[in-house]
Amino acid sequence: MSTKDKFTRRTLLKTAGGLALVSGISAPSILRAQSADVIRIGHLTPRTGFLGPLGEYAVMAADLAVEEINAAGGMMGRKVELLKEDSVNPQTASTKAERMIERDKVACIIGEISSASCLTIAQVASRNKTLFINTGGNSDALRGKDCQRYMFHVESQNSMYVKTVGRSFLQEGLVKGKKWYSLTADYAFGHDLLRVAKRFMEGNGGQFAGDDLVPTDATDFSAYLLKIRDSKPDLVVINLAGNQITNFLKQYAEFGLTYPVGGFGFDTALAWAAGKGNFVGTWPVVWHHLIDTPGSKAFVGAFTKKYNKPPENQAWGDYVATKIVAQAINELKSAESPKIIAHFEKGAKFDLLKTRPGYFRASDHQLMHEMYAVKALPAAQVKNQWDIFSSSGPVPGPNEDLEIIAATKEENSCTFPS
Amino acid sequence: MSGILLAQQILNGLLDGVYYLLIALGLSLIFSLGGIVNLAHGAFFAIGAYLTLVISPYLGFGGALVLSPVAVALLGVVIERLLFRRFYRSDPILSLLLTFGLAMVAEQALRMIFGAPPLSYSIPQELRGQVVVGTFIYSFYRVVLLGIATACVAGLWVLLRMTAFGRVVRAGVQNPDMVGALGISLQPYMSAVAALGIGLAGLAGVLLAPIYAVHPAMGNEIITPAFVVVVIGGLGSFWGVVVAALLVGLVKGVMVGIGYSAASTAAIYLLMLLVLVFRPRGLFGERITRFE
Repeated sequence: MSTKDKFTRRTLLKTAGGLALVSGISAPSILRAQSADVIRIGHLTPRTGFLGPLGEYAVMAADLAVEEINAAGGMMGRKVELLKEDSVNPQTASTKAERMIERDKVACIIGEISSASCLTIAQVASRNKTLFINTGGNSDALRGKDCQRYMFHVESQNSMYVKTVGRSFLQEGLVKGKKWYSLTADYAFGHDLLRVAKRFMEGNGGQFAGDDLVPTDATDFSAYLLKIRDSKPDLVVINLAGNQITNFLKQYAEFGLTYPVGGFGFDTALAWAAGKGNFVGTWPVVWHHLIDTPGSKAFVGAFTKKYNKPPENQAWGDYVATKIVAQAINELKSAESPKIIAHFEKGAKFDLLKTRPGYFRASDHQLMHEMYAVKALPAAQVKNQWDIFSSSGPVPGPNEDLEIIAATKEENSCTFPS
Repeated sequence: MSGILLAQQILNGLLDGVYYLLIALGLSLIFSLGGIVNLAHGAFFAIGAYLTLVISPYLGFGGALVLSPVAVALLGVVIERLLFRRFYRSDPILSLLLTFGLAMVAEQALRMIFGAPPLSYSIPQELRGQVVVGTFIYSFYRVVLLGIATACVAGLWVLLRMTAFGRVVRAGVQNPDMVGALGISLQPYMSAVAALGIGLAGLAGVLLAPIYAVHPAMGNEIITPAFVVVVIGGLGSFWGVVVAALLVGLVKGVMVGIGYSAASTAAIYLLMLLVLVFRPRGLFGERITRFE
């Protein structure tokens, strides 16, 4: 090969490499001409990184929902088209949200799991007066100081998670006069959760024996486990997220620790990954595949048929959010965000596959619905890789107001920026 | 914090460093001989872990422990023959781009075959339990892991120091032109080194699969600290990598132990910065003329 050939090939490779790096930030999706017979919905969720596995469930569920909506006649007689992107991180999420709204003219954006990305997407959505439905960002701040009129939350807020599982801890006598040891993911979600958890603990007479902040890239928990064993807590509380929960549970079993474990943040996929014998403790969850209602059974059936595995809780969020939007647009015969928002704020009811319908609370746009506390089954009782926990009944119970687990106005108040 | 706990943290930190060592040694070897900055090294770690899940239902964890690193090493040879070979001693930026792409291809392939959600895998029953020495209690599995890792690192050292193979490899690192002038072709040695280095990454995958979440991007989690270890230790230095790996584990463990866990990752980068300020080639770095 001559030097000249080599030079051009090298130049070509360098250029291609440069392009690859640039396109990672702004992957071009095909520019389509606007057409009146299609309604587009933007779906943004992390598909890479530590929240990626959950994002994958979100995408599968949104696809399934759109398929069902189209089979039932679409929205206002028009076909629904789902534009899907990996939100990656807060900066990229806002860029992609901007493009979906301005160029692709989506009717609304659904998705996201990271609270930090939710915030940047909500800012773009508000600026462009486009509805954004958050299906996975938990932070209370998103429903409080960072709330936005154009953002609604199908995902429960941290307060709801804490109060749901907190009831179980109270019943088991693990709160009053007890020492908790907590591990908290060192980012917006974790900090918010720890704040809410401390409020709950102090309000009910418990105290923290120690609370370590864990960098989000930590995979080895041995150093933390040694500290936990040394402090002999009454309860170990996990405010971690994503694969970190799985890593922690596997290593907790490895080190043979037997203190009761619980957590305020949870996703069933992480319990499944920890597996039989490693998964322990009591955890709050927004929904799970064993809920015994006709709606949930139909959803689990359709999802399992399409993907050969049961849906996990993140799948429920994106499925329900897409269905809610379709129902609202069909009822209103309009896809305009301000009209949908007014409809939600007036307390429209939606079937959430649970025992009673839910509605968005006008004061902070949080979906009011039932939650569940799940408890790991002893290894001997586990029959398959999915059904590894037992569930509480719906929380709040049948005779209680849905609002009792949510943050009160005093705990977290929202004044929508005008 | 009690003295015993601090001692436990120090020991645990050192043990922790051994996992980085398995990855970092291969990285360092492949870089020093061929000048390939192997960003795909973490992907081989992930492949090793997934192969464990595939093999162990048939041959048990023991079978996977032998077969999986061998399979990953063979894959390494194929990649070396087809791809790495074209980039030896050329601009490192090219191999960087190549292996970056390779890492993405591997991750996506794992995602397509096994799905994005993490898969479950547990420590085999016979390796569970705790070792108790006085007041010191430690996971039995980690003791086994440490034993295997130490044996491999010692074996590699013997191979590089005591054999004819090792002499050629070391000469190749120092002065490849002279080795060529002596009539020795470095090509088969390159393949062998790639197999060894990548096989070690595969072995780390097998050893960590029972205690880490097994998911397609797991390689990314381990590659950054491994690079830091190689940089701190110094390119081309066996003992540099060993000392740096233990140091990184130690710093991380002690930061958590004394209550500065939030800064435990930052501390490693600070350590790297300090080392580079005083020793730009790393702790035991040797001068590699063709990159300067």
